[in-house]
Amino acid sequence: MTNKTVLHAKHLASGAKMVDFHGWEMPINYGSQIEEHNAVRQNAGMFDVSHMTIVDVQGSDAKAFLRRLVINDVAKLTVAGKALYTGMLNEAGGVIDDLIIYFFSETNYRLVVNSATREKDLAWMTKQSAGFDITITERPEFGMIAVQGPEAKAKVATLLTTEQNAAVEGMKPFFGVQVGDLFIATTGYTGEDGYEIIVPDSVAEDFWQKLIDAGVIPCGLGARDTLRLEAGMNLYGLDMDETVSPIAANMAWTISWEPEDRNFIGRDVLTAQKAEGTQPKLVGLVLEEKGVLRSHQVVVTEFGNGEITSGTFSPTLGHSVALARVPRSVKVGDTVEVEMRKKLVKVQVTKPSFVRNGKKVF
Amino acid sequence: MSNIPSELKYATSHEWVRNEGDGTVTVGITEHAQDLLGDMVFVELPDVGDEVSTGDDICVAESVKAASDIYAPVSGEIVEVNEDLEDSPELVNSDAFGDGWLFKIKMEDAGELDNLLDAEGYKNSIDED
Repeated sequence: MTNKTVLHAKHLASGAKMVDFHGWEMPINYGSQIEEHNAVRQNAGMFDVSHMTIVDVQGSDAKAFLRRLVINDVAKLTVAGKALYTGMLNEAGGVIDDLIIYFFSETNYRLVVNSATREKDLAWMTKQSAGFDITITERPEFGMIAVQGPEAKAKVATLLTTEQNAAVEGMKPFFGVQVGDLFIATTGYTGEDGYEIIVPDSVAEDFWQKLIDAGVIPCGLGARDTLRLEAGMNLYGLDMDETVSPIAANMAWTISWEPEDRNFIGRDVLTAQKAEGTQPKLVGLVLEEKGVLRSHQVVVTEFGNGEITSGTFSPTLGHSVALARVPRSVKVGDTVEVEMRKKLVKVQVTKPSFVRNGKKVF
Repeated sequence: MSNIPSELKYATSHEWVRNEGDGTVTVGITEHAQDLLGDMVFVELPDVGDEVSTGDDICVAESVKAASDIYAPVSGEIVEVNEDLEDSPELVNSDAFGDGWLFKIKMEDAGELDNLLDAEGYKNSIDED
């Protein structure tokens, strides 16, 4: 049984090529993935991300529960609307999912998790909630639209009410606010300015159409992938999964080690891994000659082999880039080799981030 | 359904072949194939002068999505390659049967053309995919 988002008919009307994405029929592109990618880097594009799972965690123990559940510390969130990116681990220290948590109050949080991991995430959260006074409520009655690009905010502003515009005026990155019908957040998955907007199903189509009329270009999952990869953002299932430590997935920055007595799930395993210092790490790879780096290609280094976790052609840079998990001794600036189509090709090691706000950053 | 010109011959591996009537054929990939692959980013062409045999993988079309081998539909010598693809690989997407052609082969045996599919045969082959 294939799920369809509330915007399904709009995609077909725009000539989308639809694909199955973990049980959801989603647009891969509306003609040219590269043109959609460039629209986001240069102007404004939008993505239907209604397949993503919104979960509200509420109750007197909501804060205590989340301090146990995820590796970052929600106690750091004190301003209403502030968001946090983090990971949820199993007991063995593997990543069950990555997610964003919005703080409204110490008894009221909103989580946005991946759609591909929806069932296991909900099952895990429910299991871990034993003994905590909380409710876990999925919110399927909403659609979600990510509007991204240097002109995104200005174009969205033309559709908002005076009250909504006042509320988002000067809002810093990684905040969200509910005003009227819309939950508007300064988050994204492209490395550009913009919003992710949670919208009730009943008005989603109308809002999407108004964005089209305002000159925002519909973009599919293909462009979403090349944009997030240029921005060096992980994709769950490729760059990390339940067998991978956050330390090996460029997610160490999302671990809050202090205070030491916060007993989050997986803490003992991560502490041991940190002490050993032998976990591999996620780096960027750049190939300036012809060819495209792809997932699962072998990376040959003097310290042993690694693997490309995701690779693509970068439309912004005009050559291929990749994220790769390699031995920890490999350094930024090193030259390593990738086995591509039976040949070894030299590539440069960079930090795992390639493009931000339209500009090369390595 | 994509366009499948009736004057061309086809391989099940999605190459089209146009008989130029002078012992050479022009080869490209079909509109259906470029649609499956998505935006083309590099095309690695064979070298002029290469001797190729039917079924050899002689060219790589690399799109945002995947790298795809392209096979020689007939045996012979590569006599010309489409150098415009060096700077404009997207021609394969925008004009698969025209400006997006890949290479020309001087055939060893024109009789090999009879082994290829006609438009209807190719249409049936992709309907089965």
